[in-house]
Amino acid sequence: MRPLLDVLDLSRRFPVGKQTLHAVDRVSFSIAPGEAVGLVGESGCGKSTLVRMLTRVLDPSDGSIRFEEREIGYVPAARFTGTSDRALVQMVFQDPTDSLNPRFTAFDLIADPLRRLKGPWTRATLTARVEELARMVGLPVELLGRFPHQLSGGQKARVGIARALGPEPKLLILDEPTAALDVSVQAVVLRLLDDLRRQLGVSYLFVSHDLNVVRLLCDRVLVMYLGRIVESGPADAVFDRPAHPYTRALLAAIPSLGEDKGERLRLTGEPRSPIDPSPTVCRFHGRCPMGEPRCAEAMPALRPVGDGHEAACHFAGD
Amino acid sequence: MTLLSVENLSLAFRTRAGTVRALEGVTLDLAKGETLGIVGESGSGKSVLSFAIMGISDPAARIAGGAVRFEGLDLLTAPARDLDALRGAEMAMIFQNPRVALNPIRPVGKQIEDVLLRHAGLTRAEARVKAVEMLARVRIPDPERRAKAYPFEMSGGMCQRVMIALALACAPKLLIADEPTTGLDVTTQAAIMDLVGDLARESRMAVILITHDLGLAAERCDRIAVMHAGHVVEVAPTADLFTAPRHPYTRRLIATTPRPGVALADLEPIPGSLPDLRGDLPPCRYAARCERVDAACGAGPLPRLAVRPNHLVACARPL
Repeated sequence: MRPLLDVLDLSRRFPVGKQTLHAVDRVSFSIAPGEAVGLVGESGCGKSTLVRMLTRVLDPSDGSIRFEEREIGYVPAARFTGTSDRALVQMVFQDPTDSLNPRFTAFDLIADPLRRLKGPWTRATLTARVEELARMVGLPVELLGRFPHQLSGGQKARVGIARALGPEPKLLILDEPTAALDVSVQAVVLRLLDDLRRQLGVSYLFVSHDLNVVRLLCDRVLVMYLGRIVESGPADAVFDRPAHPYTRALLAAIPSLGEDKGERLRLTGEPRSPIDPSPTVCRFHGRCPMGEPRCAEAMPALRPVGDGHEAACHFAGD
Repeated sequence: MTLLSVENLSLAFRTRAGTVRALEGVTLDLAKGETLGIVGESGSGKSVLSFAIMGISDPAARIAGGAVRFEGLDLLTAPARDLDALRGAEMAMIFQNPRVALNPIRPVGKQIEDVLLRHAGLTRAEARVKAVEMLARVRIPDPERRAKAYPFEMSGGMCQRVMIALALACAPKLLIADEPTTGLDVTTQAAIMDLVGDLARESRMAVILITHDLGLAAERCDRIAVMHAGHVVEVAPTADLFTAPRHPYTRRLIATTPRPGVALADLEPIPGSLPDLRGDLPPCRYAARCERVDAACGAGPLPRLAVRPNHLVACARPL
């Protein structure tokens, strides 16, 4: 199947005084139509910068972003909003309280992207479409006249999902969509997202540091560390047989119920600086429990360790 | 030996929209060196309880009854001067958002010195040395230099370490940690919790860990109290709580938490939402959401059953 999104050698650098911060460094991956891909990594690893490039609100320094085989990386971010592609990549933001305009009703919040990206509408067709979307995400239609502060966390999350789905995107980027929700509501929203993906055939890029949640929702997982993808593969393979020591540390750090993990793999030290990193040193060196001299001499490249499973470590697969 | 005991504590907020009965009949105790987890949905009263223990409740809060005793001293009736001497020295708190809780225009080293000067009776020079020592103890690299840094110059994880150094500067007997790792990465979370655990063990400090993350509570606590709508509905040793929960809400809470080996379809959402805490409430505030509810639930006051010596359940029809 042809990929929906194909990212090749994508980089973004920011100047810091006379130096350069490599926020995203030659990242390549693809997402198939209808596929759910998880993107995990700690804060500062470049997840947000990557997402901002994919949603085309930030211009890449290098590399290509191909969407349905068309290059969209070269369209300046300021002009992308005016193209018909804007509707195809939509985003659900992390905190529904901060990302919803407090002076818009739920109706207007859902209608706004429709008015801007779809149409023309009449009052009747717009109302019909907004109500259809509300029903789709399980938001009672009576609540459409309410303002965000009159809605519960779960209801606000539903508004955020409905307004992203309104313009009929083919790729939905979800940035920690359940991080602000209580577990009691989280399960409902996760199920809703899973149902919608099957029903609408839309692809998900699911950004999260809650690996238990990623595991539930995603077919494939990308693990990022300091601007690079260090491991990628089918969710089951990555979770059950992590090949990169960072992924192993990440999995060991998740607190979980009832499962005795024995001796925990503890990470020590701080991450290396992303400012002018040495191209010949593994980015995880210094924090890695298995660092050896060759880790400081050659940066490991992604290499296959299983079916569709890759890791960037000299010791992967050993 | 009991360090802290909360006895039948009730607290309400007077608001224009009515009286919010945020805590009702909360009874808990904590032994020296013990780590107690308090879990529950947002709005269940976890933070209100910890603020009440520290005596830093919102001015709109009214204590409707009960007592909070710390080494025998009733904190609710003690004079303000006694409390000031206690807070920061004997009992300390780590807040949810370290960037907001730290003074943004004072170097972090100075903020630790302030606590030491106020409570430990050190000279300025001694306090300076001790502040750097505290930063080193919470494993902040290059503590000499970092002591001069402002909170905005540090990452979230670093700021949280500074908060811990601040809270532990006078070696308190009780540490209340209110969602200390929310918003931090799992790797940072593990490091911070390891640190709190190590320091607690070294000095037999008691810890109250407030969290909505059941997994975190399961890993780090000796005992867990489950709160729902201002009630403590169940208190039990950690292993018992997860293997044999007796309150229907606890069972639901566990069943809805994502964990390895459980598919999305197996997660059971908890029906309904927290009740409005204004106005009349039934004796059991979970009754409207509960699948086991029957006539007995509304009949008398909420029972508190000791199903085992160490295992309390506030339910008329426990599992």
